[in-house]
Amino acid sequence: MHKIEVRNLHFSYENNEEILKEINLTFDHRSTAIIGQNGAGKTTFVKLLKGLLKPNTGDVIINGINTKDITVAGLAKYIGLVFQNPNDQIFKNKIIDEVMFGPLNIGQTPTEAKENAIKALKTVGLCEKIDENPYDISLSERKLISIASILAMDTEIIIFDEPTIAQDYEGKERIKSIIKDLSAKGKLVLTIIHDMDFVAETFERTIVIAKGKVLLDGTTREVYAYKDVLNEAYLEAPNVTQLCQCLGVKETFLTVEEFIEYKKKDRI
Amino acid sequence: MKKIIVENLKYKYPLTNELALKGISFEVAKGEFIGIVGKNLSGKSTLCQALVGLVPHFYKGSYGGSVIVDGLQVLQSEISELAHKVGIVFQNPFTQVTGAKLTVYEEIAFGLENMGIQREEMKERIDDALKLLDIYQFKDRNPFDLSGGQMQRMAIASIIAMKPEIIVLDEPTSQLDPQGSEEVFKAIQNLSKQGMTVIMIEHKMEKIAKYSDRVMLLHDGEIIDFDTPQKIFSRKDLNDYGVTAPVFTKICKELEIKNEATGLYPITLDETYDLVVKYNA
Repeated sequence: MHKIEVRNLHFSYENNEEILKEINLTFDHRSTAIIGQNGAGKTTFVKLLKGLLKPNTGDVIINGINTKDITVAGLAKYIGLVFQNPNDQIFKNKIIDEVMFGPLNIGQTPTEAKENAIKALKTVGLCEKIDENPYDISLSERKLISIASILAMDTEIIIFDEPTIAQDYEGKERIKSIIKDLSAKGKLVLTIIHDMDFVAETFERTIVIAKGKVLLDGTTREVYAYKDVLNEAYLEAPNVTQLCQCLGVKETFLTVEEFIEYKKKDRI
Repeated sequence: MKKIIVENLKYKYPLTNELALKGISFEVAKGEFIGIVGKNLSGKSTLCQALVGLVPHFYKGSYGGSVIVDGLQVLQSEISELAHKVGIVFQNPFTQVTGAKLTVYEEIAFGLENMGIQREEMKERIDDALKLLDIYQFKDRNPFDLSGGQMQRMAIASIIAMKPEIIVLDEPTSQLDPQGSEEVFKAIQNLSKQGMTVIMIEHKMEKIAKYSDRVMLLHDGEIIDFDTPQKIFSRKDLNDYGVTAPVFTKICKELEIKNEATGLYPITLDETYDLVVKYNA
């Protein structure tokens, strides 16, 4: 069982104000969305999990290893992070080399790395572009390349920072199924995201971060029932949930399908 | 008065074999808020680049047809000349940041400096743009120390400060939190009410439905339809073009709830609420 434990974490950049305060969380097999206002500290938080930043006080323990006791390179075989901005992540001039870079650096043989890279590129639907330059393709495709690069590493923990940026309907559906497949395989999946409908349709657990603190933590359905707290955190419920709240429905519905089924059974 | 006139626009990027835009024609009036929807690679971003002159002047390639923006023929105009009329907010804010300025304040001043705006007016415009996008408190920060969402707000502010006649926005709220995204849409709608013409690419269909005057559906470099959001999102073949209707429209399609007056499906939360309440009664 893969696990991330965050104990009494505090963090600030240099001497500035604290970005994260008193965070205590445990992440397990449940796919988890982290939501919150811009600048709430979400990206900083996942950089701490990945070991790119170290806590000022408190600890981050990845599968029993304290991030303070291991190098980022050492941690890379356990945990993969898809960057928010693919341009920060991508630097090779051929897509296949880009996707093989991570696997080769965590000790996969060239044959394994190539196999995994091609498999990952198939998963994101870009297999036919392996010889192209990542900067000759669109932003939405570059985001998918950055996802493939992490999938190919086959780490047990995968963190996505806003995976649906620039994605159309098909791209979002593809990413949704990637996240669900990873979770079904027993991987620990965490995602920062602003698309509330996507969260409702995809994740079992949702955490709300506001002003560097955890404001809400529960099943996605529980979290989206707290209309006022979401409002305070600069968020909103998914569209279908909002409609139900307006209609005075007591249950919290997360998807169109759930609502239609309910509606057909029993008129509101 | 027509602010944008596009006639039979064809364009092919260098070193590619297929046309990215295959004979596009449309007109946009002053102050209209136009939403552009379509699956990825349908030509949305290319069309926007063609409105500001980056296609063909920056990207080169093969170009046919004509684009007239606020009276200027794009093919015959310099990008610097066009920049006075039309501004573009890039899809990726990180790409838009100049990298030449050390503070958010100066970054927003960059476009204004290049336009030769007087110092006092620059200050006024920068302050207004910072406040409109709610990033005044970050004005002295290095642009690269901003979060993704804050940087996206700065990218929008730096174009709004230039007060273009036409503003083109390529998914301007992709990294914003839900309420921030709503605020930006409202601010942009206000600008359009004041006469600024707005062209926006967006995958958030609920927002496009709520704020656009007209929606252009692009597919494979061609315009499939260009009409009111109600008509576009009521189309039965929307999925064939890789586009999904707003959640509210999907619900009403399933329940067969239409607006009796128009014969179209509702597209916004308020309209759906009213019709569902009526349906229940």
